[in-house]
Amino acid sequence: MTQFLEVDTLTMRFGGLTAVDGLSLKVRHGEIHGLIGPNGAGKTTTFNMISGFYKPTSGEVRLRGEVISGLRMHEVARRGVVRTFQHSTLFAEMTVLENALVGTHMAFRPNIFAAIAGWDREDRRGAEARAREALEFFGLHHLAGELAGELSHGHQRALGLAVAYASHPDVMLLDEPFTGMNPEETRGMMGLMRKLREDGITILIVEHDMQAIMGLCDTITCMSFGKFLAEGGPAEIRNHPAVIEAYLGGARHVA
Amino acid sequence: MRRLVIILLAACALLALPHGLSFSQQEILVFLTINILLVSSYRLLTLTGEWSLAHVVIMGVGAYASALYSKELGVWVPVSILLGGATAALLAVLLSFPLFRMKGFYFLIGSFAAGEIIRLLWKRFRDPFGGPKGIKGIEPMPDFSIGIYDFDFFEPVSYYYLSALVVAVCLWVLWRIERSPVGLTFHAVHWQDKLAEASGVNLRAYRTLAFAIASGFAGIGGGLMAHYVGTINPNSFDVDLMVYVLTWAIVGGTGTFYGPILGCVVLTVLNEIVLRELGFEQMRPLIYGLIMILSILFLPKGLESIVQHLTTRGRGKGVEEQRAAE
Repeated sequence: MTQFLEVDTLTMRFGGLTAVDGLSLKVRHGEIHGLIGPNGAGKTTTFNMISGFYKPTSGEVRLRGEVISGLRMHEVARRGVVRTFQHSTLFAEMTVLENALVGTHMAFRPNIFAAIAGWDREDRRGAEARAREALEFFGLHHLAGELAGELSHGHQRALGLAVAYASHPDVMLLDEPFTGMNPEETRGMMGLMRKLREDGITILIVEHDMQAIMGLCDTITCMSFGKFLAEGGPAEIRNHPAVIEAYLGGARHVA
Repeated sequence: MRRLVIILLAACALLALPHGLSFSQQEILVFLTINILLVSSYRLLTLTGEWSLAHVVIMGVGAYASALYSKELGVWVPVSILLGGATAALLAVLLSFPLFRMKGFYFLIGSFAAGEIIRLLWKRFRDPFGGPKGIKGIEPMPDFSIGIYDFDFFEPVSYYYLSALVVAVCLWVLWRIERSPVGLTFHAVHWQDKLAEASGVNLRAYRTLAFAIASGFAGIGGGLMAHYVGTINPNSFDVDLMVYVLTWAIVGGTGTFYGPILGCVVLTVLNEIVLRELGFEQMRPLIYGLIMILSILFLPKGLESIVQHLTTRGRGKGVEEQRAAE
């Protein structure tokens, strides 16, 4: 059986530094999958290779058996793998609704000739309906007319998800979605992610916040120094000796 | 309904405008309409965040192409103007391959170099470009009559009517593009290209599209100019004019559709009427430079910000009056 999203012996070298070394992992359809590891473990590099931001030195990423590594970012996105960014990467100068409308780009591809002649009314209506639906999903519909740059931090993060969600993704790649959030906002964000999972979207999260990861993920992959370390459910990972050693340092060697 | 009335009134004003002016001012009016097209098409490119220094040369490509099509191949002039625009757009697509490997400042310099190379090619090859002396005796627009008015294209008033109509149609198309999802995508490419790409936007394709459209309309402007003046040479499209285009765009502001047009009109009126009356026209570059520095210092968002300020204040008053009435 072909796996849904499969990372196969992925390797990335920057000059002499091997940031990711032969990493393999499988993401099952409809799960929230966490990717954790200490600083510098190569999580973000892995993430960037899956989303098409980097081209891997060797190895493959496959979506339903199709190789998607090495494709450009918009081509990966068109196959249904949509990423979000660290921090609040948004179109700050545009309104919230316009941000979501950019997210509908793939579903309602603009055509310049139809746009000039005015034959794209249907598409424009459809795109706006989808954008509003995405805003509603994340509880942002009352802010549709606001400038994205003037939203609060929590709302900005939610809008980042809404832009990705508006494009009908199969997989959402979330890059540290809990950074800089207070516990209240973190809980809200976790709720949104469970809602996405119920919607049939597979989620891969790269994250530092252990509380959130443990409470949210179905499967967790831990990596250290670019290599695969352990994989399993939250309880398994929490008590895994290699994971504890990677995070807290090898007490054994000190003695 | 109200919009229709405004458009009709504006059309009447534009029709009546040249009759109150002197002959030389009528000529300037023709150039003003062409320059409005030039600066408005330039704004479309700036929507994607790229500023080019080749825009005027690309306009020249349209002018040369249109002149050569009508002169060498005997193409009917109105068609050759459109073909000139198409040629400019096509050249922009070709130039996009080397140029869009660069972004921002590097694109600016790269486009300048590309423009200078095109100008040198015009100078180097006497056949068909006529070398440094350029092309002379370009076919004029054929005269025609629409019953109530006889178009005689040696009269600037006639040519003004033609170019105003062509430019109005071009501006309408540019406006439609900007207000469409395509225009929104241009903005998205400008503000956060990575996020746009993650949303499935092909960045290269959209940058090229904006560059090609802007160049096509600049090319049409060039064609209009070539068949009016009757002679073009490489120095008609040098960096001096490019600096004026930049000044119009910056002084007017590029945040809105009308900003660059406003900049172009205000500075042309200032230059041609005020400075000429005072006998200062030789100091045009100096004064333009001064205006640009002053506007960057004291009006960084351009003349359009004054208009926006006035209109929003007016609207605010309207709301208050409504509330009072309630």
